[in-house]
Amino acid sequence: MLRVCLKGANSAARKCLCGNGVPLHPLQQCRSYTSGGSGSSAGKIVAASVLTMGGGVGGTILYANWDPKFRANVEKSIPYSDQVFGLALGPAAPPPVINKPRKVEPVQISSMSEVWKDSKQPKAKEVQRKAEQPDAEGPPAPAPQETLEEASAQVAQILSAIGEVPSVPAPGTHEAEAVPPPAALKGVPAAAAKCTECEHEPAVKERPEGEVAARLAEQDKAEQDLLTSLSSNLEDALGSTAKVTLQAIGAQEAALQAIAQHTRQLREAMEAEAPPDKKSTQWRVLEDALSERSRSVDEAGAAVLKAKAELDKLRGVIDGAKHLKIAAARPSILAAEENLHSMVVDLDSVVTRVQTAQSEAKIVSQYSELVNEAKAQFQKELNSITPEIQANWKGLTGKLTQDDLNSLIAHAHRRIDQLNRELAEQRVREQIHIDSALEQQKLEDKKALEVAISTALEHNREQMRLEQEKKVEETREVMEAEMRTQLRRQAAAHTDHLRDVLKVQEQELRSEAEEILNSSLMEKETEYRRLTQDQLDSFTLDMNAAYARLKGMEEAIDSHVIAEEEARKAHQLWLSVEALNYTLKTAALNDPTEPLEGAVQAIKESCAEDEFAQALATALPSESLSRGVYSEASLRARFYTIRQLARRVALIDETRNSLYQYFLSYLQAMLLFEKAQEAPPAKLSAEDLDTFKLLSYAAYSLEHGDLELAAKLVNQLKGESRRVAQDWLKEARLTLETKQVVSLLSAYANAVGLGTTMAP
Amino acid sequence: MSEKELGKKLDRCLADSAVKLGAGLGLGIVFSVVFFKRHTWPVAFGLGMGLGMAYTNCQNDLRAPYLIQRNIKMAS
Repeated sequence: MLRVCLKGANSAARKCLCGNGVPLHPLQQCRSYTSGGSGSSAGKIVAASVLTMGGGVGGTILYANWDPKFRANVEKSIPYSDQVFGLALGPAAPPPVINKPRKVEPVQISSMSEVWKDSKQPKAKEVQRKAEQPDAEGPPAPAPQETLEEASAQVAQILSAIGEVPSVPAPGTHEAEAVPPPAALKGVPAAAAKCTECEHEPAVKERPEGEVAARLAEQDKAEQDLLTSLSSNLEDALGSTAKVTLQAIGAQEAALQAIAQHTRQLREAMEAEAPPDKKSTQWRVLEDALSERSRSVDEAGAAVLKAKAELDKLRGVIDGAKHLKIAAARPSILAAEENLHSMVVDLDSVVTRVQTAQSEAKIVSQYSELVNEAKAQFQKELNSITPEIQANWKGLTGKLTQDDLNSLIAHAHRRIDQLNRELAEQRVREQIHIDSALEQQKLEDKKALEVAISTALEHNREQMRLEQEKKVEETREVMEAEMRTQLRRQAAAHTDHLRDVLKVQEQELRSEAEEILNSSLMEKETEYRRLTQDQLDSFTLDMNAAYARLKGMEEAIDSHVIAEEEARKAHQLWLSVEALNYTLKTAALNDPTEPLEGAVQAIKESCAEDEFAQALATALPSESLSRGVYSEASLRARFYTIRQLARRVALIDETRNSLYQYFLSYLQAMLLFEKAQEAPPAKLSAEDLDTFKLLSYAAYSLEHGDLELAAKLVNQLKGESRRVAQDWLKEARLTLETKQVVSLLSAYANAVGLGTTMAP
Repeated sequence: MSEKELGKKLDRCLADSAVKLGAGLGLGIVFSVVFFKRHTWPVAFGLGMGLGMAYTNCQNDLRAPYLIQRNIKMAS
C-alpha cells in the first residue's frame, strides 16, 4: 500500500512536472523529493507501529511477570511465547500443591472427637507423609507412636469407662467390639464425605483406624490383664483378709463366750452354796473355764493381730490398686474398701466387746477374789472357832450343838460387828474410793471415750469417705449411663443418617448404573440397528442398482418399442396424410373432391394419441369432410363466371337495388373495361376497393395460384357483387382451410417421421 | 351457388313478368271485352298493371336480401 501511495505520488508529480515541461533531472529530484516526503510520513507510520508493538510486548511481559495465570494463558495460546518469557522472566514457578489429606473429617461424634483427633492426627500426619513426600521422616515416627500409645491409653480409659462395670473381662470384649464399630462408622462417613473429593482417601483413612483399633485393643487387653490381676489380687487379699478377720472375729466371739462363761461360772461358783465336792468340781470347771478363757483370749488377741496385719496388707493392696488408677477397678476397690471398713468395724466392735467382757470378768474375778478372800477368812475364822466344821456348812443344821450354835452365833455377831465396822469404814472409804475410782474411771472413761471417739470418728470418716466414693461412683455410673445413652442416641442418629445417606447413595448409584446400563444398551441397540440398517441399505442399494439396471434395460427396450411404435405411427400418419392429399387431388373439374371423411377418419385413427394431429383433424371444416372441397382449378374456373356476374352487379348494394340500377350496372359492366389481371399492390388503398379493380387483382392472384389473396380480395367486394361471390368465397375458404390443415398435417407427419427416423 | 341466384332471380323475374303480362293482357282483354267494350285501354291497363306488377315483383325479389326483416337474420 505504501508502494501504491508512492507510485501515485510519483505519477502525480511526474504529470505536473511533465505538464510544466521541465527536463528529466529535476524530475529525479522531484522523485526523490516526493519519495522523501512520503518517506517521512511512512517513517512516522513505521515508527509509530514499532512503538506500539514494543509497548504491547513489554506490557505483556510485565503483566505476565505479575500474574502467572496470565502468563500461562499467553504461553498456551501463543507458541514460542514461553521461550520469550523464559528469556525475559525466568522459568515459571510451579503451581502450589493442595494438601487434601491434611483435612480432618468433619463428621465426628463430639465426645470422641478429641480422642479420635488425637489418635488420627498422628495417622493423618503419617498419611500426609506417605502422600506428599516420600523422603523419610524417621524422627517424627516414634513420636506419633508414643503419643498414639498415650492417646490409646486415654482412649482405653474412656472406652473402659463407657464399658460395662460389673464383669471386668466383659468390658474388654465390649470395648473391642465398640472400638471397631465406631472405627467402621468413622471410616464410612469419612469415606462418604471424602469420596467425592479424593478417591484414595477412604482407603488411606481406614487403615489408620484399623491400626488404632488394633493398638487400642492391645492396650485394652493389657489393661484387662492388669485389671484381672489386680482384681484377682484384690479378691485374694479380700478373701484372705475376710477369712482372717472372720477367724479373728470368731476367735473374739469364742473369747467372749469363754469369758462370759467363766464369769458366769465364777458368779455361780461364788453365789452358789454347793457341797465341797461339787464346789471342787465347780472350782475345777472354773479353772478350766479360766484357762479356756485365757487361751481363747490369747487366741483372739493373736487372731486380731493377724487380722489387723491382713487388713493392713489389704489396705496396702487397695492403695496400690488406687495408685494404678484404673477406673474399672474402682468399684471393686470401693467394695474392697467397704469390706475392709466393715471388717475393721466388726473387729473393733468385737474387740471392744471382748474388752468390756474382760473388764466385767475382771470385776467379777476381783469380786470373786474378794468373796473368796472373805470366804477364806470366814472359813478361817470359822475354822478357828469351830475346827470341826468343814467347808460346806449349809447342810450342818442337824449336826451342830447349842454351844457350837452359840459360838457360831457369837462368831456371827462378832463377824457382823466386824463387818459393820468394816462396812462403816468401808462406807467412809467408800466415798474416797468412789471418788478416786470415779476420777480414775473418768480418766479411763475419757481415754476410752477419746479412743472410742477417735475410732468412731475414724469409722465415720471412713464411712463418709466410702459413702462419698460410693456416691461419686454412682454419679459417675449415672453419668456414664447417661453418656452412654447419649452416645447411643447419637450413634443411632448417626446410623439413621448413614442409613439415609446410604439409601440415597444407593438410589443414586442404582439410577446411575441403570442409566449407564440403559445408555449402553441403547448404544448397543442403535449399533445393532445401524449395522442391520447398513446391511439392509447395502442390500437394498444392490437390489435397487440391479433393479434400476433392469428397469433401464426395460426402458431402453420399451423406448425402442415406443420409438418403433412412434415411427410406425408417424408412418401411418404420413400415409394417411398422403391419402388425404391424394383425396384432395381427386377433385375433378367443377366437382368437389371425394368427402375427406374417410381419410380424416383414417388420420384420426392413425394418430389417436397425438393431440396436435387430432386437433388438426378436427379443425377440418365439416363440409370438407362430408362433401369434399373444390380444387383450385375449379375455383379458378368458377371465378370467371363470378367475375362476369360481379362486374354486372357492381353498382347494386343496399341503397341502390332497384331494377333500374340493375340496368345501369349492366350498362356499366358493358362499357367499363379494366385489365383482365392486375397485380395487386402490397397495400390496398381506398380507391383499390373498386369492384373491377378488385376483380382484376383477384384474377391476377388466381392466375398466379394465390387463392388466398384472391379470396381476400374477393372478400373486399361490397354489395351485390359480394353476395354473388359469396358461395365462391365460401368454397374458396373451405378449400383454403382444408389445404392449410392438410399441409399442416403433412408437415407434421413429415416432422414426426423425420423425428422418429432420427431417433436412436 | 350464390352466383346462380341472380340468374334464377332474373329467370323468375322474366317468368313472372311474362306471366304477369300475360295475365294482365288476358285480364285486360277480358275486361276490355267484357266490361269495357273492347277498348284497348283495359288491355294496356292490364298489360301495364301486369308489367308494373312484374317489375315490382322483380324488384322486390332482387331487393329481398337487402330488406331488414324483424326476425330473420340478414340473408346470406
